[in-house]
Amino acid sequence: MTIALPPQTSSSPPGLQPEGWLRYLSFSLDHKVIGLQYMVAGFFFYLVGGALAGMIRVELASPISDFIGRETYNEVLTLHGTVMIFLWIVPVVNGAFGNYLIPFYVGARDMAFPRLNAVAFWLIPPAGFLLIASYFIGGAAQSGWTAYPPLSLTTPAAGQVVWILSVLLLGGSSIFGGINFIATVLKMRRPGLKMMQLPMYCWAMLGTSILVVLSTPVLAGTLVLLSFDIIAHTGFFNPALGGNAVVYQHLFWFYSHPAVYIMVLPAFGLVSEILPVHARKPLFGYTTMVYSILAIVFLGLIVWAHHMFTSATPPWMRLFFTIATAFIAVPTGIKFFNWLATLWGGKIALNSAMLFSCAFILHFVFGGITGVALAQVPFDIHVHDTYFVVGHFHYVVYGGTVFVIFGSIYHWYPKFTGRMLNEDLGRFHFLITFIGFNLCFAPQHWLGLNGMPRRVAEYDPQFTLVNQISSVGALLMALSTLPFLINVFWSAFSGKVAGDNPWNALTPEWLTTSPPPVENWKGEAPLVTHPYGYGVPPGQIDLKAATGRELWSSGQ
Amino acid sequence: MTAFSPSSDQSPTDTLAPSLAQGAELLAHGAAEEGHPDHRMFGLATFLVADGMTFAGFFAAYLTFRAVNPLPAGAIYELELILPTINTVLLVVSSFTFHRAAKQLRQNQLGACRLWLLVTAGLGLAFLGGQMVEYFSLPFGLTDNLYASTFYALTGFHGLHVTLGALMILIVWWQARIPGKFTADHHFGVEAAELYWHFVDGIWLILYGILYLL
Repeated sequence: MTIALPPQTSSSPPGLQPEGWLRYLSFSLDHKVIGLQYMVAGFFFYLVGGALAGMIRVELASPISDFIGRETYNEVLTLHGTVMIFLWIVPVVNGAFGNYLIPFYVGARDMAFPRLNAVAFWLIPPAGFLLIASYFIGGAAQSGWTAYPPLSLTTPAAGQVVWILSVLLLGGSSIFGGINFIATVLKMRRPGLKMMQLPMYCWAMLGTSILVVLSTPVLAGTLVLLSFDIIAHTGFFNPALGGNAVVYQHLFWFYSHPAVYIMVLPAFGLVSEILPVHARKPLFGYTTMVYSILAIVFLGLIVWAHHMFTSATPPWMRLFFTIATAFIAVPTGIKFFNWLATLWGGKIALNSAMLFSCAFILHFVFGGITGVALAQVPFDIHVHDTYFVVGHFHYVVYGGTVFVIFGSIYHWYPKFTGRMLNEDLGRFHFLITFIGFNLCFAPQHWLGLNGMPRRVAEYDPQFTLVNQISSVGALLMALSTLPFLINVFWSAFSGKVAGDNPWNALTPEWLTTSPPPVENWKGEAPLVTHPYGYGVPPGQIDLKAATGRELWSSGQ
Repeated sequence: MTAFSPSSDQSPTDTLAPSLAQGAELLAHGAAEEGHPDHRMFGLATFLVADGMTFAGFFAAYLTFRAVNPLPAGAIYELELILPTINTVLLVVSSFTFHRAAKQLRQNQLGACRLWLLVTAGLGLAFLGGQMVEYFSLPFGLTDNLYASTFYALTGFHGLHVTLGALMILIVWWQARIPGKFTADHHFGVEAAELYWHFVDGIWLILYGILYLL
């Protein structure tokens, strides 16, 4: 059998958690409440970061600095990057979906450390407001989300110090979350559930959390040293005082390259959950997916210096980091082909969740190919710090991860609320997001190849038209949020009632009510050993066969 | 599966001393046995991996400075070896005394356990005192040059850890006066403080090696 549902007997003791909507504003210990807290807070910061992006694109609609001043532009781009990465993508793709889904997937009633979990979430709103508030108290940081010294040492200190403080708090939140996910996946599994039977998102979160635990502390330590340089006038990273600015870059990218995987590995996991359900086929190549994630975790830790090819890196270092980076394309390519093979010959339902997921595959391949190109030293030196990098980065994190976040919301909203989202509005949302995104970021590759530098408020007038096309795309992206917001609010009250399992999915979160009770299941947790057993009669599923050719044919 | 109560006070919040003490108290009251499984030692170990990575970043920065940033002409950076060596011996011995304390606890010798805990805390405080004496006798200050800054940042960050560890030991020592607080089988607070203390000790050995000997 695919699923063993034990008899639903005992019920959880009532009154342990606050009931009603007020619990979302409380220090709740329920992983589902915390997950949705992450999601709503994250979406708020997405709107903030989006407004900042809008300011950037309005400014860049004309070659001269006329909308906002140069310094304000620097503050806006710094806040945009920091808010989007640390307050929207990382908390939502890890904290929100991770907290909501991981306990279901391992068959637990909550995370390993529920209290630490709530602490991790409640660090985020103050850190976010601290960061935004810095704009109003003497100006926000101006040195970009990378805060490279000596730039971060020469720009106004107050904003930079508040920025460091905020990122330290968010890093702490991230580490606490990572510890919790590792302990939950490794230690909280229901008896009888093996690691190789877990849904792929568990593996993705395990890999992500390993990266968080190993790399985030390095960023924290580095930022503490940077704050000493600013406040106490030490010279760790200040060449004028005998320090070494390149050491900062090494330490920063030791976190911030894995940070890309911290943002995109969970998205890989979420897509691996969505595709099999809506294509009605088993996830292709489960085992290779798992090993690919582990390979990405390992390789992700040893490629950081490919961000620094113009920082006087010695030839041996360039060679090593180019080769290591090119190697990452192998596990990533395996995952890409596995998703295609999952879709191949499936009964595909082209609903909003599927459309966003397919667009993710498209965008991520494009962003991945430009990424491999950027890892090649001769090409990288040409386009370093140009709009080509901006285009590449947004294809990975917006076209990749943010599309997955939207797809996942369409997929799991029925579980969150018990009601379906409106499909027509959803497809409309997808259409303008897809057009707007590609219109905004595809031209930026051309701009970069032709030499337009990033992080500058003014540019050569020859780039005006293409920048205006990009700004129109940004406007479409801003508008695309409206149908989504209308849909989410309207459907919460008037959407079609979803029932427990509207997608006929097999992963454990669907085997309980929508929304689920406080302790996830009334009675014992179900043992789901074949979360992707679609299209095959139950009982005929052989987990060992779910690795290659047999599955390819039997999954039709 | 037994009943699970998410609101009951049983999970560790972090590795700071008060929460360790809290956790120990809860465990002593038997909260952790019913329902939610106790993975606090695993969580602490994972946190120490993260903490160790912070030190690894500092070590990497220091070693890179050593490799590529020569000391400017006229800058003073000299360390003496006797006091830090005594300090190293104190800290290594304190690891053994803590181990002894935990062993006594497992044999239900609570009085001996408390004595050894006190000895360990005393050794930790003696280390901090030695560090203080060294700080005041050094011929350079925090902002004098790159090496001076790195020296104070590394030893200061480690000293912060020793301070927290000594506080943890004193807290479990104080709590252990209550009969039944820590038993031979249930003594998370002592166990956690011990793991943390060994970690701080291990980090010091690396620090001693690269700062004073290299």
